[in-house]
This record gives sequence, structure tokens and C-alpha cells, in this order.
Amino acid sequence: MDSIIRLEHIGMEYPSVDGLDTVKALEDVNLEFHDNEFVVALGASGCGKTTLLNVIAGFLSPTSGQILKKGVPIAGPGSDRGVVFQKHALFPWLDVVENVEFGLKLQGIGKDERRRKALENLSLVGLSGFESYPIYQLSGGMQQRVGLARALTCDPDMLLMDEPLGALDAFTRENMQELVLKVWNQTRKMVFFITHSVEEALFMATRLIVMSPRPGRITHQYKLDFYKRFFEIGDARKIKSAADFIKMREEILSIIYGEEEAESRP
Amino acid sequence: MKLNVFSRRTPRVVDQYGAPGRGDSRLISLATIVVILGAWWLITHLELIRPLFLPSPEMVIEKFNKIACTRYYYEQVLAFVGVLSEVEAQCEGFSEHTLYEHIMWSLYRVFLSFFLAVVTAVPIGIAMGMSRVARGIFDPPIEFYRPIPPLAYLPLTIIWFGIGESGKIFLIYLACFAPIAINARAGVRSVSVEQIHAAYSMGASRQQVIWQVVIKAALPEILTGMRVAIAFGWTTLVAAEMVAAKAGIGVMVLNAARFLATDIVFLGIVVIGAIAFMFDLMMRQLEKKLVPWKGKA
Repeated sequence: MDSIIRLEHIGMEYPSVDGLDTVKALEDVNLEFHDNEFVVALGASGCGKTTLLNVIAGFLSPTSGQILKKGVPIAGPGSDRGVVFQKHALFPWLDVVENVEFGLKLQGIGKDERRRKALENLSLVGLSGFESYPIYQLSGGMQQRVGLARALTCDPDMLLMDEPLGALDAFTRENMQELVLKVWNQTRKMVFFITHSVEEALFMATRLIVMSPRPGRITHQYKLDFYKRFFEIGDARKIKSAADFIKMREEILSIIYGEEEAESRP
Repeated sequence: MKLNVFSRRTPRVVDQYGAPGRGDSRLISLATIVVILGAWWLITHLELIRPLFLPSPEMVIEKFNKIACTRYYYEQVLAFVGVLSEVEAQCEGFSEHTLYEHIMWSLYRVFLSFFLAVVTAVPIGIAMGMSRVARGIFDPPIEFYRPIPPLAYLPLTIIWFGIGESGKIFLIYLACFAPIAINARAGVRSVSVEQIHAAYSMGASRQQVIWQVVIKAALPEILTGMRVAIAFGWTTLVAAEMVAAKAGIGVMVLNAARFLATDIVFLGIVVIGAIAFMFDLMMRQLEKKLVPWKGKA
């Protein structure tokens, strides 16, 4: 498999609060994204996963290293990398379908064409019939689905999802995990997904990267196939309560806790 | 329907225990208004205060009919449809103008100034929110003149512009400008960085982000600024007209005071208040129509 996006020795340093020192948010991060991959980044708060996502999205430029897309360095944000945010970041002055077609409108695509594509993606996330709703009348889960449809409508090569389910209640969250997986399975976009839920990470990822803080770096990588079982048997709870899933979950948790303990030691 | 102002109504879902100021106060407000009007009627009819100081409600209504020429217009309509053969009533007005003309002069001044303020203050406010340079340039003059009462620099506008229309327009313009600019600037900050990032990651240019995201997100605050501005402009206008004007609701009140025509003074005050109230209603309707998402997202 050829890598589409490639991160080479990415480092990110901020000046510390007192200005005397620097904080290493990311150190020597090397990562490749291939076609059809659903990469999940997992780690405790402050491990630099959101910084990493912002670097890939182009909202931050790294202090060292470079990002290559098919061998060409990229700088700055672009419609080839769609982003879904933790808080929906939709535009309340537009209704649902206008939000979804926003990107196409920016590109100057005709009204019929963009409406058709937007409705297609709304039906993909299960929101057919809600197209003329105002944003503020939707539940949190529905708003996130609009956010997902909006990102998909620009037809990006890659979807960047920054804890998109973090603000949802537990039940909605599980439903949304399944929905996101189904959408991914149908569109087969590369996904970079951030979470701090181990269960969510294991369930959804084709590849899991575990990050540790100060300096933020990738410590472990796993190839996973729990998501395949979901497409085979469809019962998410059954997968998440299987013995090997739980064993894996505890293994990952012990890695993260182990790092935290090492952190807190003097 | 049982009408009991002070009864405990059936609680609604939003009536949380201990929520400060819960419940509907409209009926109580209505009662206050009735009491005030009743007291006015009673005091004047018992002749506790001389009409020179407090004219009765009837006197004010009569004056309204007189200077608004209601009888004259009524007869005009009747003559037009053929019920009356000749219009007998005279149209007198006050200070050489009818009430309608006074109001129209005032509205013309306030709306022209308000319009000029909106088209200049909104772009400047947005620019101040978006750019360090614009903020650096415009912050000192705006913050300096904003707290000064317009009447303090009214004499200066007379020196500069004379007693004609331009001085008044300029004065009201200044009164309207600061609230709109300051609110537009604050409105820029109400756009979330995620919304801007989202637009950029959908391929937006900086221009598109400003026009399609920042200005839209700032719209609720801009409208708040406009609402404050038109009220402030109206207050300033009435005061400005009292200095030098041929027609206008402010000069009408002032001239009436010179002749001790207290009923017209009363009438003028009521009309000024009613128009201010209408401005507020108008701006609220505009808000409902233009920014229905305000406070909800």
C-alpha cells in the first residue's frame, strides 16, 4: 500500500507559560496514512493528539519536520482534508442542507449540483428529511452528523475527526460510533480519529496509535480488526464485551496508566 | 377565564425552583399603567394641580387633535367620498407645522444619520475585530469621544456646520456610530475558532471567511448595536433640535414651553416616547427576522 499522507519527523514546540522554557507538544512524530485506513489516536489529555490533528489539518505549522501528500509537501488548510470538530462548529445562520453544501458553494458549484450532493450525504448520515431544519433545533448527535455530512460533501481525501463524539451522552455516542463506521465503510475515506475512550478506539480503528505526553510522541501502534467483526455480526455490544476485546482494552489502559505513573514520579 | 394577577399559576417546565424573577409580569405592568393614568385623571379632575402645571388627559388629547389636524383630515376624507360638500375645519398645527410634519422632520434626521452610521460603523467595527492595524487606528478616537455626552460637543458642531441640517445630522451620526462600531467589533469575537477552521478546511479564502462566516456570526451583536444606536440617536436628536431648528418634535416641545403650553409639552413628550418605543419594537422584529438563532447556538 502506498502512503497518501506522510508525516516526517514532526516536532512542535510552544513557549511555556513563563516564557523561559519551551513545551514540546510533539516530538519526532512519523506517521503514514494509507488508503482505506481508519487511524485512531488515543492518549491522555495533553499528549499532543489534537496538536497533531491541527498540524495535519494545516491550522498549525510544525516547528520541525514536514507533511507530504503523495510526496509533495503541504502547508495550510485545504478542502482535501475535511475536519469534524468536537463541538460541531456548524453555522447557525444556515439551515442543515445549506451547512452541508457550504464547501461546494465556496467552490462556486451550481445550486442543483451542490444540493444533490448535500442531500446524498445527509441521507448517508441518516438525516434525510431534516434538510430545512435550523441547526439550533437539532440534538448534539444530529449536529455531529451534520458536521460529518458537511466534511464529506467537499469530497476530501482524508477526514480528520477531533474527538467528534466526546461531547455526546454515552448512548448517543455508541450509536454514533456505529454510524461513523458505516459511513467510513461506504465512502472508504482515510480517517484520522482522535479519542480518549479506549473502547471507542479499539472498536473503530483499523490502526491504533497510542500517544504519550511531554513530549507528545507515538509510543505504540496496533493493527486491529474488531471493526471487521462489526460488519460481520453487527452487534457492537457483543464485540465490546468479547474476551479478547477486554484483554486488549486492559492492555492499552495499562500502557496509558503506566505512562501516567511514570509521569507523576519525581 | 379567571383573572387573578397575583395567583400562583400552573408551573411550567422552565419554572425551576428558586429561579430568580420567574413568572409572567405583563398583567402587573398593565396594572401599573392603569394606576398612573387613573391618578393623572383623578388629580386633574379634582383640580388639585393647576392645568398650567399638569393639564388633564382630555386637554392633551384635544391638543393632539388640534395640532395633528385630525378634524381637518377627517373632513377631507368625508369630502372626498362625497359625504361632505365643503371642508370647514382649519389645519393649524403648532410652530407653523402640523404634528405630522414635526415628526417627519425628526424621523428624517434620525434615519439619515442612523443609515450613515450603519454603513460606516459596521465595516470599521468588523475591521477593528479582524485587524490589529485597524484596531490600533480607530480605538483611540472612538474610545475618547464615546463617553462624552453629545450635548457637550453640540456647540462645536454649530461652530463648524452652523445651525442648518448638516450639524444635526453630524451630531446624531456621532451618537449612533460608537455603539454600532463597538458592537460589531465585539461581534467578531463571537465567531468560534472552530467555525473559522471549518471554513478554511472547506477551501475558503480569507475573503470568504470574512464575508460568509465572520460577518454572519457578528450579525446578532451588530443588530444589538443598531438597537442601542437608534435609541441613543433619538435622544440626541430631540436635544439637538431644541437648540436650533425650524421644525421637529424637539423644537415643538421647546416652543410650547416658551408659551407655557404645557399640554403640548406633554403631548410632545408622549409622542417622543411612543416613537422611541416603536424603534425598539422595530429593531426587535428585525432581530427576530434576521438572527433567529440568537442566544440559541
